[in-house]
Amino acid sequence: MSIELRGFADPVLESQACFRAVLNALARPGSLHRVGESLVPPVPLSCAAAAVLLTLVDGETTLFLPPAFFPARGWVSFHCGTVPLPRAADAGFVLDDRLPDLATLDAGSDESPDAAATVILQVAALGSGRRFCLSGPGLRVPVSLEVDGLPDDFASQWAANHALFPRGIDLLLCSGATLAALPRSVAVEA
Amino acid sequence: MTDESLRVSIPPRAVSAKAVQQTARQHWMSVLARAGADEMTALMARLPPPPSYERLRGPEAGLIMVRGATGGSGAAFNLGEMTVTRCTVRIAEGRVGHATVAGRDARQAELAALLDAMLQDPARQAELQAAIIAPLALRQRASREATARRAAATRVEFFTMATMRTTE
Repeated sequence: MSIELRGFADPVLESQACFRAVLNALARPGSLHRVGESLVPPVPLSCAAAAVLLTLVDGETTLFLPPAFFPARGWVSFHCGTVPLPRAADAGFVLDDRLPDLATLDAGSDESPDAAATVILQVAALGSGRRFCLSGPGLRVPVSLEVDGLPDDFASQWAANHALFPRGIDLLLCSGATLAALPRSVAVEA
Repeated sequence: MTDESLRVSIPPRAVSAKAVQQTARQHWMSVLARAGADEMTALMARLPPPPSYERLRGPEAGLIMVRGATGGSGAAFNLGEMTVTRCTVRIAEGRVGHATVAGRDARQAELAALLDAMLQDPARQAELQAAIIAPLALRQRASREATARRAAATRVEFFTMATMRTTE
């Protein structure tokens, strides 16, 4: 198990600041936030994804890591106090660097839509790349978000997820130390 | 949780080198977890200065749930919560030491973690075992026995109950 690297220097303040950033990112879809700038995460984790994991994942949540992130497994287990699950469909949080098939993840139930999974997606860049138009709750007027690293048919995949509302997957996009979020309530057009 | 349940015993059958090393580590970790920060500082002062280290986590205080099992083999139940302080450090050469100690003494947890990391180095192990772990273990055993003697002096034997049980 490799735990050569530390987590937050000040776990209470930094995780609270990151939590606030995640809330703001979800409340204003498409807005960009800086998180985890002080972190030195293990390869291949980005600062933002590492900060989100340290903030949201603990021993009482479930997490799925794809093989690409196995080098960081020891660090994640140690600092988050959780053992990653073998199947993404069972996990409350799914970390990936390629968009997983949203239909295979846990979208929650009508009685308990809060139980749905959250995908933490590491993308190549935020603020440059393909432009998406976002509209919905939290946005007085439609805004645009530029993401490099989402699949070509993302808008149609997202439409299927958005149609499940109040069920559905929430997406946290991380690149470097930048975070943006697409809650299930937001409509995305290419 | 009684002292008996935490005492480390070496199984009589043949064990692998890794298991022996693990048992040795369990022993020193348990001794360090009960040692006071002042005790450890005093013993360490006689040795060459410890290597520089980085705190990977903590020292941070929190609650853990202590679990028990009735009769030692029954179903597990939650006995109660306990305050512990944990710390993980990495010394310059890369060895990682962990400590979890009862109470809120951050310095104790940090020293115990540092010593755990140093003890994993085969070159230092014998010296540290002799200079730090052995005296601490001896002191802890003496104080445990003194407590046991004081308790034994006030022991009450329930002869009636014992007799009733045997006659049934």
